Amino acid sequence: MRKYLFQTAALVLAILFVTPLVANSQESILEKIKERGRLICGVNKELPGFGYLSQDGTWKGFDVDYGRAIAAAVLGDPKKVEFRPLKAADRFPALQTGEIDVLIRNTTWTLTRDTDLGADFAPPTFYDGQGFMLRKDLGITSLKELAGATIGVTAGSTTELNLADTTRALGIEVEPVVFEETETLYQSYDQGRCDVVTSDKSQLLSRRQSLKNPDDHIILDVTISKEPLGPVTVHGDNKWNDVVSWVVYATFFAEEHGITQTNVNTFDTENPEIKRFLGASGDIGAKLGLPKDWARQAIAAVGNYGEIFDRNLTPLGLPRGVNKPWTQGGLLYAIPFR
Amino acid sequence: MEDQELTQEIKPPTNTKGAARWLKDNLFDTWYNAILTCLALVCLFFALKGFLTWAFTEAEWDVIPANFRLFMVGSYPQEQIWRVWNAIYILSALMGLSAGLWGGLVFRFAVALSGVWFISALLPVELSTRGWCLGAIAMIAVSFFLGRGRTGLRPWILGGWILSFPVIMVVLRGFGENGVLTSNWGGLLLTLILAVVGIVVSFPLGVFLALCRQSDLPAIRWVSTTYIETVRGVPLITILFMGNVLIPIFMPGLDINQVLRMMFGITFFSAAYMAENVRGGLQGIPRGQHEAAQAVGLNYVQTTLFIVLPQALRSVIPAIVGQFIALFKDTSLVAIIGLIDLLGVARSIINNPDWLGLQAEVYLFAAVIYFIFCYAMSYASQDVETGLGIGHI
Repeated sequence: MRKYLFQTAALVLAILFVTPLVANSQESILEKIKERGRLICGVNKELPGFGYLSQDGTWKGFDVDYGRAIAAAVLGDPKKVEFRPLKAADRFPALQTGEIDVLIRNTTWTLTRDTDLGADFAPPTFYDGQGFMLRKDLGITSLKELAGATIGVTAGSTTELNLADTTRALGIEVEPVVFEETETLYQSYDQGRCDVVTSDKSQLLSRRQSLKNPDDHIILDVTISKEPLGPVTVHGDNKWNDVVSWVVYATFFAEEHGITQTNVNTFDTENPEIKRFLGASGDIGAKLGLPKDWARQAIAAVGNYGEIFDRNLTPLGLPRGVNKPWTQGGLLYAIPFR
Repeated sequence: MEDQELTQEIKPPTNTKGAARWLKDNLFDTWYNAILTCLALVCLFFALKGFLTWAFTEAEWDVIPANFRLFMVGSYPQEQIWRVWNAIYILSALMGLSAGLWGGLVFRFAVALSGVWFISALLPVELSTRGWCLGAIAMIAVSFFLGRGRTGLRPWILGGWILSFPVIMVVLRGFGENGVLTSNWGGLLLTLILAVVGIVVSFPLGVFLALCRQSDLPAIRWVSTTYIETVRGVPLITILFMGNVLIPIFMPGLDINQVLRMMFGITFFSAAYMAENVRGGLQGIPRGQHEAAQAVGLNYVQTTLFIVLPQALRSVIPAIVGQFIALFKDTSLVAIIGLIDLLGVARSIINNPDWLGLQAEVYLFAAVIYFIFCYAMSYASQDVETGLGIGHI
């Protein structure tokens, strides 16, 4: 009897370890969220406007609002979401291991991330681009003139790689100064430890306000990269990615049709698409595995795209730029709700 | 003639006491010391001048009171804050009772704590917070008078302290979705919880490991040695990262709470160091002590508990407290894996758009809080040492 004790123990252990693996692979994250009664959303905790902890201990920001919108669409309550602050380096492991259900942390959509990193991207919620900020009195107006300058950049981001690509293409030599943290980057720049700072333009604009004399600094009128930022889900869970994508489209659609946080519950229309959108007719909710009024819940929670933008990014001095509905010449284009 | 000599008046030495004499003895006793003193004063003046000018004219201290709640409890929901106060009241009651029963150090701590609540109540805070603060003082005072003199209660209160920990955890967490998720625990609250768990659990674990390493049984000795050397060979941050990233990879679907993972990481890490500190003490116990204990018929457990450990631990108190203090400060590493402890709160405040660019004020405040706690630990250890007569040969 004793002979088999070890084998039995090993078998039991093996079953214990393998069972969750198998169970894990069959169930969509959507079902897990409904079971748990709570969405777990990976966010940034130190990017003004996009994700940060506010004074009263609640989470605020553009990305955070999207987390709330998804929670409202799936669970009918924007409060049923748990935010996990993540560093840039930890965000993809957290997604792959199922620690978080969705990652909304100003993450750029690139080919490598879409393929190698096992991530599925929802439509971009913010089209950003990398720019340069420098002191006005340097008198520099074009990239070529940056030759020989010290340029501050944060470590481990696409920003660093874009800078290297651009300077190589231009055939100029610059001296990159790499900082581990965003906060120290701008502080060092303000103290004159580097001549130029490069990052996403949204960040440059919001951080310029925190410098000692914001008017002494200009942001060059060049954009060296495309940075489409949006929510990310784990690769292979199409059902869940559909839900996240359509919540994003819902915010676009609502802005296109003038549906806002205040009028969404009383919106009176004969337009069949809007009726479907609001859950008054049809069954688009059921097709996504969501309640009938999912889109209405999402808009009632955080408002349409324009409202989310105005609440979080306009106060920082960010212009809408290309982040406008396609009807106004922007890039936001909702796929038909049919 | 002789009498006269004996009663001859001898003038007392002048100027043996007082500030002027102290200055002369300690700072200006020789010409080169006088020069060094003056130089040091000049340096101090310039260093302090910059700091004081900044602290009183440039620094924007508004950021501290405005974010005080965040510093203390992080994103703990406002409407559930009574849970934190209940936990504080449980501790206050135990503190008061212990102060009444034991006096001495505990009494001084109880007084200091009451002082903190009193000052908090005077600060411009909400009325409800004032009420809670004054209530805490009343709690300490009432339980102090209840406990005074009733020495029979001592074992009960010790049991109460041990029981208080799980009770407080439940009070802070609540049940299910209506409670407060541990991901919302933050600020000083989280720092203290992690540190207390680390200290309370790693100490017995460390003693156990140290005894195992001294064991005569090779298997036990090797396991213990391997554990201690492996853990000591790895930085804490790596262990925390492993807890955070590798556990979910190895055991998918098994949802271990993030705070719990960090508690495990910190405890196991600290236990290895604790074991080595204790082993240092064990080695200082002469062989004769063991033999004498055996001669009077004590078995291994009795020898260890009543003869060896009391002497061994006594001699390594400074090292152990040093380890506790290091552990307390090491809890700040959890900020890197996404928990928002005291340092994490500081970092998120300096990134709040309303308070951008105030790193110095925020970090300085966090440093002061860390210092208060570390100094309290150090003070307590000195008091215990004096009580045990260590250092007085």
